[in-house]
Amino acid sequence: MSASVYRRRETKNVVAQILASSAALLALVFLAWILWVTVSRGVHAIGVPLFTRITAYADQGGLANAMVGSLIMDLMAIALCAPVGVLAGAHLAEYARGTRLGETIRFLNDILLSAPSIVLGLFVYVIFVLPMTALTNGTTTFSALAGSIALALIGLPVIVRTTDEMLQLVPSTLREAALSLGIPQWKLTVQVLMRAAGSGILTGVLLALARLAGETAPLLFTAFGNNYMTYSPLAKMASVPAAIYQYTNDPNPAMHAIAWAGALLITLFVLALSLLARALFSRKKTSHD
Amino acid sequence: MPTAIAIETICRRNAADALHDKLFRGVLRVCALLVLAALLGAALSTLWGGREVLFGDGWHFLTSAQWNPVENRYGAWAPIYGTLVTSCIAILIAVPLSFGIALFLTEIAPLWLRTPVATAIELLAAIPSIIYGMWGLFVFVPFMANHIDPLLDSSLGRLPLVGALFRGPPLGLGLLTAGIVLAIMIVPFISSVMREVFQTVPARLKESAYALGSTTWEVVWDIILPYTRQAVIGGIFLGLGRALGETMAVTFVLGNAYDFSTSLLMPGTSISSSIANEFNEAVGLHRSALIALGFLLFVVTFVVLLIARWMLRSLKRKEGNA
Repeated sequence: MSASVYRRRETKNVVAQILASSAALLALVFLAWILWVTVSRGVHAIGVPLFTRITAYADQGGLANAMVGSLIMDLMAIALCAPVGVLAGAHLAEYARGTRLGETIRFLNDILLSAPSIVLGLFVYVIFVLPMTALTNGTTTFSALAGSIALALIGLPVIVRTTDEMLQLVPSTLREAALSLGIPQWKLTVQVLMRAAGSGILTGVLLALARLAGETAPLLFTAFGNNYMTYSPLAKMASVPAAIYQYTNDPNPAMHAIAWAGALLITLFVLALSLLARALFSRKKTSHD
Repeated sequence: MPTAIAIETICRRNAADALHDKLFRGVLRVCALLVLAALLGAALSTLWGGREVLFGDGWHFLTSAQWNPVENRYGAWAPIYGTLVTSCIAILIAVPLSFGIALFLTEIAPLWLRTPVATAIELLAAIPSIIYGMWGLFVFVPFMANHIDPLLDSSLGRLPLVGALFRGPPLGLGLLTAGIVLAIMIVPFISSVMREVFQTVPARLKESAYALGSTTWEVVWDIILPYTRQAVIGGIFLGLGRALGETMAVTFVLGNAYDFSTSLLMPGTSISSSIANEFNEAVGLHRSALIALGFLLFVVTFVVLLIARWMLRSLKRKEGNA
């Protein structure tokens, strides 16, 4: 009797462990599958024309204008959300610790972190694209600037959260030492604390860039897309993710090949950034504990 | 009189410092309030953009299944149904899978294996959703059509009652495929929360159970899981919030059809994919209906994420992803 109970428990344990291990294995299989497909299909279309020709050539073309567009919009988005995010994070960590407003903002920031990006796109469409259309009598509608604002909204919560946490990691002896020398609090925050948490804050900016560089949905009705090279922030602008979306919906297989090449570039860029951020963060943690 | 000058300078400097401090504080506060403004703005602007439909049709908009741009009549039930069904499938698949992964990473795997496997699984969350969409459309949809759909149709499809869910032509596209792709996308979020909270269980609790002769499974099921129940539910809601709002991946594999079907193997639509597919061709009331859909999506995900964060609030916070 007791032997059979023991055997049943043992069997249950072994089965559970095997199932759990296969769950982990399954996740790794999907990761490998997706990466393998992206690399093997993307590599064929990577060549000089991909980087030199614009999307107007369709299946004879490349993604030059989309790459430039993505670069411009991603950098503009970071330029918009990094200062605001760092300052907001500093507010949470240095000025609003333990206050109700601070806790509320921290809580809602975490919600913004997972909010659907397509709704943020709609938001920018209603508050920016529509008024611009009305103001300019329709000469300016969708624009790179609108796209950057939408992307900035996606990067903002990442930077706020990381900055907040990194500043909280700075030992309070540093604050006390600086304040006892008579330094005003703003100087303490900017020149001592932000410098001490510098690489951590940079991690947040990199994570935000990794996050927004792959976004497609919010760009569809803010920056729209463009088959020609543009540099103006008030013009419709192409981006790699939006071009991939457009090419994937095309029935022509040659277009799919270019889309896969774009997908490979974006994936490499995003994965490299998140691994870099991870490396920076782990070094930071060991040096400060 | 050097001391008098010094005191005067100090006073002036103190006054200037106080002013600068006040200004700095104000700027910081405005930046922090921008986070609130972004959330509030997203809700209000989509409410405003969708007012013609939301206030014009009222409840009819929610319950009607008719989406007809030609006759300019819009009912949101088909996209709502698609969003709910695909998210439910995703949760049903992702929760046991994530639990297994967390169990593997905290109790089973040898120590040297834990960090690399955890990092690899978290990389799944870093892959942009459009890549999931392309992989889904070009690789996973044919895989479903050739292998899984016929299998389901001839096995589960024969059953009474539930059979209706799994009957249908092997299209590959459809609610089930979208649910599976979503499941893969949310697994890293749920499993990383579970892994993190499993690690917070005090060692003495686990060790006591082991000392009494418990197996690993019994420790996990009877000690770790009850101890972490609240945060685990929070993690599941976090995954649900992600699944509800996911756009690009779903848009490619769902098939964008407003026809109703009981079968999970048939194409459907979801809130986010309707917006992504139709927004740029829509004008007037059609566009208003799509923005109203965006408002619904925002409200639902907001509530789900609110519950998630509430459940997770006691947890120590991690670096910027999650």
